[in-house]
Amino acid sequence: MNKNNILFFLLFILGVPGYAQKAEVIKFDRLEALISQESEKVMVINFWATWCGPCVKELPYFKKLDAENEDVNVYLISLDFVEKLDRVNAFIERKELVSPVLLLDEMDYNSWIDKVDESWSGAIPATLVINAATGQRKFVEKELEEGELEKLIAELSN
Amino acid sequence: MLKLKLFSLLLFVVFFAGNKINSGYQVGDTVKDFELKNVDGEMLALSDFEDENGVILIFDCNTCPYSQAYRERIKSLHANFKSKGYPVLAINPNDPGRSPGDAFDKMVAYAKENGYKHDYLQDVDQSVARAFGATNTPHVFVLKNNKGAFKVAYVGAIDNNTKDAAAADKKYVEDAVNALLKGKEPATNKTKAIGCTIKWKEA
Repeated sequence: MNKNNILFFLLFILGVPGYAQKAEVIKFDRLEALISQESEKVMVINFWATWCGPCVKELPYFKKLDAENEDVNVYLISLDFVEKLDRVNAFIERKELVSPVLLLDEMDYNSWIDKVDESWSGAIPATLVINAATGQRKFVEKELEEGELEKLIAELSN
Repeated sequence: MLKLKLFSLLLFVVFFAGNKINSGYQVGDTVKDFELKNVDGEMLALSDFEDENGVILIFDCNTCPYSQAYRERIKSLHANFKSKGYPVLAINPNDPGRSPGDAFDKMVAYAKENGYKHDYLQDVDQSVARAFGATNTPHVFVLKNNKGAFKVAYVGAIDNNTKDAAAADKKYVEDAVNALLKGKEPATNKTKAIGCTIKWKEA
């Protein structure tokens, strides 16, 4: 092993504990497929952005829900501009987000907002809860309080 | 039992009063006059625009990155359409308690710093934003002046690319106003866009 290799090896070892997921950049077709996919689990899809104060404030509830509830899949749809991908990735690392983060790079908003939900004005935060097993869904356009997510999910499970 | 019924009725009423149902002005509605404080310190009413052909009314603010992304385009709308009788009238609906960067003195400073030629009013009790059914910033309502009655002709986004003005190939507001100037109805009179939610006062 020469010097360079040792250095590389050390960097590799030291770098690993800092592993964090990276946001996946997607187009609307991927989101549409997600929304309509078959799933045994309840899907919670949250629309947010790193610059959106109320979104960042409610994120811990989504994190907690994902960590504590095996029957729920949480997806975090970032509406940050794709140019800010580094900022989103740094945010994921800092907040230790483990739910999948998908950055929706689709600027022609008017072409897809209604396809998520017709009641959506386009303001964020907004959250879509889908119970694919029962075919029920619920869309809310506001900042959620602690415990509200659990209530929404319970409403769809009856 | 009756008590319980009354109580549920009360809950029902309170629930719906406290939640914004998707009401507010729709295309074709006539807007009620309002008067708010402008960044120059004077009160300004919608009726003060009675000599114009209409108004490009925009719920806007200092703090929302999407408002900031549209700032120069909003200034251009005023520069291009004021002379044609469609000035921009910006209204900040955010509660300064929840969004300190939208306090009145901050609005004054922001308008000055960015060389605003258009009026910038504070909707301090949020009653105008509620009446319009505004939900986010920036949120545009193009109003046509019909002999002193201001009618909603377009509701929605400025164009179809928040990030990049040059990449926007649908200029909704520009097209709507140009149609109105030709005596036509806008081909597209309602659009949606991602925006910052209005910071409503805590109930």
